[in-house]
Amino acid sequence: MQTLGIINEMLGLPEVASEHGGMVDHLLEMVHWLMLVLLIGWSAFFVYCLARFRTKKNPKADYHGVQGHASHHIEIAVVVVEAVLLLGFAFPLWAQRSTDYPSGPDVVRVRAVAEQYKWTMHYPGPDNKFGLSKSDLISGGNPLGIDWEDINAKDDFLYTELVLPVNRECIVTVTSKDVIHNLSLHPMRMQQDAIPGSVSDMWFKPISTGRWQTICGQLCGAGHGGMVGYMEVMEEKDFDAWYKENVPSAKEEKLPEADPEKSDKAS
Amino acid sequence: MGAEVSTAETEEVHAHDDDHHHELPFWKKYVFSTDHKIIGYQYAITALIFLFVGFYLMMVMRWSIAHPDKELPGILAAFLNKSWLNDQGMVTGDLYNMFGAMHGTIMVFLGIVPLAFGAFGNFVTPLQIGAPDMAFPRLNMASYWFYFLGGVVMLASFMLPSGAAEAGWTMYSPLATTAQLDEPNLWWTGQTFWLFGMVFLISSSLLGAVNFITTIINLRCRGMTWMRMPFFVWAMLVTGFLLLLAFPPLEVAAIMQIMDRLAGASFFIPTGLNFSGAGSVDAGLLDVAGGGSPLLYQHLFWFLAHPEVYVLILPAIAIVGEILPNNIRRPVWGYKSMVYAVMVLGFLAFIVWAHHMYITGMGNVVSTFFQATTVIISIPSVILLTCLFISLWGGSIRFTVPMLWALAFLPMFGIGGLTGLPLAFNLIDLHLHDTYYVIAHFHYVVAPGTIFGLFAGIYYWFPKATGRMMNNTLGHLHFWPSLIAMNGIFMPMFVQGMAGFHRRWYDGGANYDEITSRIIFDEGSFFANLFKDGQAIEMIDLNVFMTFFVWVLCIAQFPFIFNFFYSIFKGRKADSDNPWRATTLEWSAPNKPPHGNFVTEPVAYRGPYEYSVKGHATDYTPQFERGDDGVILGEEDPPAAAQNDGH
Repeated sequence: MQTLGIINEMLGLPEVASEHGGMVDHLLEMVHWLMLVLLIGWSAFFVYCLARFRTKKNPKADYHGVQGHASHHIEIAVVVVEAVLLLGFAFPLWAQRSTDYPSGPDVVRVRAVAEQYKWTMHYPGPDNKFGLSKSDLISGGNPLGIDWEDINAKDDFLYTELVLPVNRECIVTVTSKDVIHNLSLHPMRMQQDAIPGSVSDMWFKPISTGRWQTICGQLCGAGHGGMVGYMEVMEEKDFDAWYKENVPSAKEEKLPEADPEKSDKAS
Repeated sequence: MGAEVSTAETEEVHAHDDDHHHELPFWKKYVFSTDHKIIGYQYAITALIFLFVGFYLMMVMRWSIAHPDKELPGILAAFLNKSWLNDQGMVTGDLYNMFGAMHGTIMVFLGIVPLAFGAFGNFVTPLQIGAPDMAFPRLNMASYWFYFLGGVVMLASFMLPSGAAEAGWTMYSPLATTAQLDEPNLWWTGQTFWLFGMVFLISSSLLGAVNFITTIINLRCRGMTWMRMPFFVWAMLVTGFLLLLAFPPLEVAAIMQIMDRLAGASFFIPTGLNFSGAGSVDAGLLDVAGGGSPLLYQHLFWFLAHPEVYVLILPAIAIVGEILPNNIRRPVWGYKSMVYAVMVLGFLAFIVWAHHMYITGMGNVVSTFFQATTVIISIPSVILLTCLFISLWGGSIRFTVPMLWALAFLPMFGIGGLTGLPLAFNLIDLHLHDTYYVIAHFHYVVAPGTIFGLFAGIYYWFPKATGRMMNNTLGHLHFWPSLIAMNGIFMPMFVQGMAGFHRRWYDGGANYDEITSRIIFDEGSFFANLFKDGQAIEMIDLNVFMTFFVWVLCIAQFPFIFNFFYSIFKGRKADSDNPWRATTLEWSAPNKPPHGNFVTEPVAYRGPYEYSVKGHATDYTPQFERGDDGVILGEEDPPAAAQNDGH
């Protein structure tokens, strides 16, 4: 599919870093080809007509104009191509995305919680279960209102950046504390609205390591333009080491983690 | 039949009026008028003013996008409250959001719809179907004044201490509901004013819609059968139904949001919102009942706002559909296909709305449905555009000024329509949603698309309204720079959008340096030398390029403004009532049509686009010209079908 990426490349599509992202780019490339063919066809016809049938060249108009069924054939061709794109690619791909959710102990789970104007990532710890969070427990020291008494919360920890391992399936559960935000991960070809009062999952499998900015893609107030987040995809062993480092020992009193080194540039 | 009788009666009454020469006082003739033409002019002037207001807001925004670290130039800062700028006189995030929300609102609800439907619909429709006026003249007047009131409320909201609304033109709750909560009196906030303004505007559109539908069904003149109606009238009929059926949900949504803001309801506010204090809401738990759904608002909003897209575009296609045959001197190709396509489009417009909401997360069934309908709706659109393109074949094309605009509409709308295709696909949309790709897509549809169509209409029907022609040279001075500037503004947006530039960044993406600093032209390359002293050109530099063309576009409107007013008083007189040698009924009425419109009874003898008919003396055979083929259904010539029945 990389061989057929001319239009995407010309239009400056950024590199893809998720497994399904290649298919998205592929579909986009095909749709762009359909558009290009139609655009060139129409434009050529248009320009030819303007030159050929201007009053000077063609003082007497023809009442009947185009005879024959060329236009019907073009219409039918467009319908067929669109049907192929839908039935052959878009529907099966989305069916796979929306119903074949990964499961099992290997799946990385993160809760991404938005607020004006930052993200907090909630990792479930080794038990892979999130502790309860309640909005009336939210305070300066407990930004997500996690009920630290909850048995599942004992090994949970918070982080300001989205850190994920490469080549493992990840489920990011997106929600918001105040208004609607949106977690937009361009290298993963994913976006998900963070809607207060509901939780929505997005899943993908990173295929290359790197560090990228995440975008808040839904207007969330005056500081919206500065709600820059970061996503880092690590080698698996680095990720495991990082994870272990952040999991609080079971007896220790829980304190939310502050971001160790990288400060966000938004303000 | 009933319709015909009533038409005749009304005309008698008008004839009677003329005899006695009731001279109406000025305020009744020009201000609180019930004449569809005067109301059309009122709509046109008001909407044009609002288009320029919306344009000004956009100039401020584009300045901020291109030069976030520079002071707003005095010529732009002169029209706004200085306290909205920061200490250095730059645009703030708050101001940007306010102008962004109001740019969208003003352009859509106060500019284009009133100009397309209110002005052209009002002025042209009754003339084209040979009616003396709209079916409900007083309702028509009420429609304008509701619109006017809505506009006043929207403009007044800029004067409030809070400023105007600032939660995007979509006004998604909870942001919209909780915005400006720090004001002492919630009634006097821009957000609340916006909601009341919308209630007025929606009511105005509903009154208009009822009136148009009734007029077109009941007041067609003798011989104006359905398939003899100009395409413009068909489009107005469909637009009327779109407005009638799509707007009530938004009216409901606006009233529910008013209840949320002012009466402690929680239709759109979920339980347990907890603010950080970084915005305009105090930190801590929000004191509301809760239990509402933010998604409900989105569904109500987009159930209106998608059909609204077709309300924006159909009148423009309709205007082009009138001007094109007139200037190619042959009938439109596939009139019937176009009529059926526009009806299918009107129906499908109601079942595609959730493609604006793919990013909220969607299950398989719902997503499949909306992807399918969205792709299917491209088919009637392609049919409409193809028919207009194919019409050109075999024509004898005159490049008059209205024709230039109409011709430019075709490829511009084509680009806008085509770039909607990828967005129909859920997975692609998850990459492109709310990026500048989308902004470019819908602006190509509405700005160089619809607005070009509307300009075409203004140049075309100007002689009918004023008896004078608009100046040709000034028309060219308006058209060519506008065409270039529009493309200079919107074309680079596709590139930015693919790279991941999102809308609503007041700094144009300076904060997102990783995404926006990608190099498109290397250091020392041709373009780098040309524009940036040899330094590499980054994605974000395109902002400066686009903003430059905004100024060009602004300057290009001056010839139009001058031309418009100059030509009303001093323009060249139209050589006849039919200066374009057109075929439809409005050209049988005298220029500056009198009250009641027609001097003689209008009759439609044939279809609307009989140009270059073989054997006819001229290259146009108007609908109103009596000839050998002057068959009027159900009239003096017995219908052929009835005779055949006897055998």
